[in-house]
Amino acid sequence: MGEFLIGHYSYWLTIALICVGLYGILFKRNLVKKAIGLSILQSAIILFWVSIATKWDATVPVRDPGIPTADVANYLNPLPHTLMLTAIVVGVATLGVGFALLIAIWNRYKTLDETEILNKIQ
Amino acid sequence: MSISQLPIIIPFVFLVWALLIPLVGFWKSRLSQPLALIGSGLSAGFSIYGFISQIGMDPIRYRFGGWEPPIGIEFVYDGLSSFIVMVINVVAFFVLMHSKHVSQAELKGKEMPFFALAMLMMLGLNGIVLTGDLFNLFVFLEISSLSAYALLSIGRPAAPFAAFRYLIIGTVGGSFYLLGVGFLYTVTGTLNIIDMKAMLPQFAMQPAVVTGLILITVGMGIKAALYPMHGWLPDVYTNANSTASALVAPIGTKVAAYVLIRVLLMMFGIDLMDAVVPLSTIIGVLASAGIIYGSILVIRQTDLKRMLAYSSVSQIGYILLGMSLANPIGFVGAVLHVLNHAVMKGCLFLVSGNIEFREGHTDVTRFDKSYSKKYPWTMMSFTIAAISMIGLPPLAGFFSKWYLAMGTVQNGDWLFLAVILVSSLLNAVYFFRIIENVYLTKSDASTEYNEVPASMLIPTIVLAIALLVIGLANAWIVSTILPMYG
Amino acid sequence: MVESYTPLFAVLVSLAAVPFILFSDKKPNLREFWTILASIIKFGLVMSLLPVALSGSSVQTTLFEIIPGVPIVLKADAFGIYFAMIASGLWMVTSFYSIGYMRDNEEKNQTRYFASFAVCLSATIGIAFSGNLITFILFYEMLTLATYPLVIHKENAAAISAGRQYLVYTLTAGVLLIAASVLTYTYTGSMDFTPGGLFAGTDMSFAMMVVIFLLFVGGVGVKAGMMPIHSWLPSAMAAPTPVSALLHAVAVVKSGVFGVIRVVGFIIGTDVMAEFGLNDILMVLAGTTVIVASLMAFNQDNLKRRLAYSTVGHLSYIVMGAAMLTSLGYMGSMLHIAAHATMKITLFFCAGAIYVNLHKENISDLNGIAKAMPWTMAAFTIGAMGLAGVPPLNGFVSKWTLALGSLQGDMLIPVGILVVSGLLNIGYFFPIIQRAYFREGKGLEGYGEASPFMVVPIMITAILSIVFGLFPNLFFHFYELAEAISNTLITGN
Repeated sequence: MGEFLIGHYSYWLTIALICVGLYGILFKRNLVKKAIGLSILQSAIILFWVSIATKWDATVPVRDPGIPTADVANYLNPLPHTLMLTAIVVGVATLGVGFALLIAIWNRYKTLDETEILNKIQ
Repeated sequence: MSISQLPIIIPFVFLVWALLIPLVGFWKSRLSQPLALIGSGLSAGFSIYGFISQIGMDPIRYRFGGWEPPIGIEFVYDGLSSFIVMVINVVAFFVLMHSKHVSQAELKGKEMPFFALAMLMMLGLNGIVLTGDLFNLFVFLEISSLSAYALLSIGRPAAPFAAFRYLIIGTVGGSFYLLGVGFLYTVTGTLNIIDMKAMLPQFAMQPAVVTGLILITVGMGIKAALYPMHGWLPDVYTNANSTASALVAPIGTKVAAYVLIRVLLMMFGIDLMDAVVPLSTIIGVLASAGIIYGSILVIRQTDLKRMLAYSSVSQIGYILLGMSLANPIGFVGAVLHVLNHAVMKGCLFLVSGNIEFREGHTDVTRFDKSYSKKYPWTMMSFTIAAISMIGLPPLAGFFSKWYLAMGTVQNGDWLFLAVILVSSLLNAVYFFRIIENVYLTKSDASTEYNEVPASMLIPTIVLAIALLVIGLANAWIVSTILPMYG
Repeated sequence: MVESYTPLFAVLVSLAAVPFILFSDKKPNLREFWTILASIIKFGLVMSLLPVALSGSSVQTTLFEIIPGVPIVLKADAFGIYFAMIASGLWMVTSFYSIGYMRDNEEKNQTRYFASFAVCLSATIGIAFSGNLITFILFYEMLTLATYPLVIHKENAAAISAGRQYLVYTLTAGVLLIAASVLTYTYTGSMDFTPGGLFAGTDMSFAMMVVIFLLFVGGVGVKAGMMPIHSWLPSAMAAPTPVSALLHAVAVVKSGVFGVIRVVGFIIGTDVMAEFGLNDILMVLAGTTVIVASLMAFNQDNLKRRLAYSTVGHLSYIVMGAAMLTSLGYMGSMLHIAAHATMKITLFFCAGAIYVNLHKENISDLNGIAKAMPWTMAAFTIGAMGLAGVPPLNGFVSKWTLALGSLQGDMLIPVGILVVSGLLNIGYFFPIIQRAYFREGKGLEGYGEASPFMVVPIMITAILSIVFGLFPNLFFHFYELAEAISNTLITGN
């Protein structure tokens, strides 16, 4: 049991971060905090992808004459890293659009509190 | 022209136009809409040509950069994807044609970014449909979603707030999808859909695969507005400007439903889907609940756009219900309903756009007899689309219900059959209420003919007539859809 | 079997007249000319099919496939031609009557009225000639939609609420019919109307067979006015009288009973009906309807509503005949379709003439009107007597055959129902006649008959009721056709 907990520590971290992110999205009334929660959620998933590329006793995926390339077990899997570069860009773009919308909301309602905005819309 | 290049040409046109419109629009903003129309017209033309040439042929697998799949990314242009691409591009073309006067009225000074983003969104949607790679799909999903958030944030005062909520929920959906793909990747080590399909059977019972499956279903369920994950949809569609809602509503959620068909039904297959968790039954039940819930909520609304939005929740249920039946005839119903609903909902949103353009509101309680005199053709189109939504022959809507009903009977799912039948009666309640207002409620207002300009009227009427044509030609359409099933 | 486009033309001719009617909006005489022309052509086309029906063959138009493997088929068999003849023949008469009624009454929206009427007739003939269920559904729903503008014609609160009720009932029925058809297609692999039915030898479970049958009965039974799903029909009397006369006494409601016979004889099949005891369900429903509707007719003071309840009762005679599952029973059903059509249309025409002329709708106001409108009331008397089954009118012939059919199947209860309801018919019609002839009326000075446009059609239908009573085989070979149809239903070929 202890080994199960320790051996999967990166997954526990991911799960914890996802929960933090979802908590922010669901329970925070301030829209900026929601956006922060969203960002944490995305980071958690990026970390998850990066962590699944890990191998024990392997090195970075840069070709080293001292390590035979025939055995791929010697190198980390580079694909998830590269994919996550794209995912980071997506995350940044999402935040960008989100903040643009927040500015429009602020200009219209002069508040970013969800309850107050809902009251003003009614 | 060789059709082997079509899978790339169709989205590429949108990409080029997404860059071209800012260049030209910066200099002359009013050219943006005609340019967008030309771009989507080209794509629509290519995709119709592609769909027709594709019938009976092997799928085209377009490799990027000459990299062989599964290492490289590929576009898969088969019967199903060419069909969906055609549907979304043709409907988008008519919506953009309709947008000429609406965009001048509702988007004053924002035409250039608006139409550039519209092109970008279409690029994303086409990419989602065409790609054969699960991660690539996520990228296109975010491209289309990000553009859609921006498009939908212009409109009534509450639009940015609704769009922001959509952004939060939509991104959570996208993130869940990405997480799910990650789980599948850890087990199979591939992202290519065809490759993964071959590998999955040996890992079917692994917890990671099951978790991935559920996460993908939830993520795409959010994007497709599958009940009970539909909460974002009504506010967004109601508050957005007419063009954006007419553009996103008929095709946006459909594409997410298509991904579910592609990933769950085609990649996993019904056996793996139900191997550990009875996922198809769960989706079927949720879809049925959505059909009934959506229909009942429509009856309670008084704003036409909000009615149409809730009706979308209910209609997406039909598509996912058809998918969850996992038999050929239910699949036909689902895919046919993608087409039918895109055309019906497109037509109805254009009608609401027409009314908002002339009257400045879409409150159905204020509709009266003068509307049918002022806008006879718009209202005629509305009536046709409404009858199709109710599902009376020979209009298109009847046939998707027919095949869905056949599919439920084949599986012996009597509850689902009852849901399909009851919901068409609920549709009748809310549509006939509007028709009654428009044709029978006495009015003192001016009844002078005041129909919208031809650029708005023609797309509305064309989509209405298309419903009749699709209905009469559905045997042919179905005979092309049927081979797409496995 | 002959392939020909005649059935298609017969269906489409009134639909083709619609644009002409709409474009002649400003010229009433031209507009009505199109209606009359279409009705004459339609009747001619239907009549041209009669020799085929008499020779025991059928004419078929197969159009494109509407769902894979199932084309739209218009098949003019003996039964279809029989019904089409009645509907299209009486449309001609009604067209003339409509002109008199609508103009004398100065109704609004006459163009919409005539156009919808033409669409209704296309749908009715389409129903008559449907060769399979999908075609039947197509025209059945078309009839629902085309009748709606006629029901709400007056656009007052009563008419709108009647229209709503009408849609609720008929659209629900349409959904049930679709469900039944889907089930039939899944279990039998066919939707063609075949004498002897589709379910023979399919090994259906009892529960499923009953469900399918009840869905069908719900689907076609609404238009056939079967209790407890009849109440749209009295409400639909809010429509102008020619609509009540042709559609709510002939076309729409007869489409319902036509559908019942199609389902009983051509989809489920006589043998399967008997095997699962489905005819008993139908017999109970129909028998109850006959008696209860007749009793309810007593309560109605509004003339048209009384006639409507009478229609509900008489439609179930026809259903009862089908439920007997005997050759004479079927034959009685057929004959009663024709007999009730001519008699009830006469009665409605009379009600319309009285309304236009004297603006009276209620039976209690009809004192002494026979003096003012002798011809109309004479026709009314003939129709009423016919419905009660007094010889030598055609209502007697059909009831007599129904009674024989019941005895042929060794059933006595239906005979009892026929006798009782005959007495009830006399009971609710006699007070009207008594008031009209034997009571002193007030304020009738200066009133005479309605316009010839209305009186002549009334006389024609009344005379037809007598003629067909004396010579059931005259002109249209109703008797011979009915006999031929009932034989195919029993023998299955």
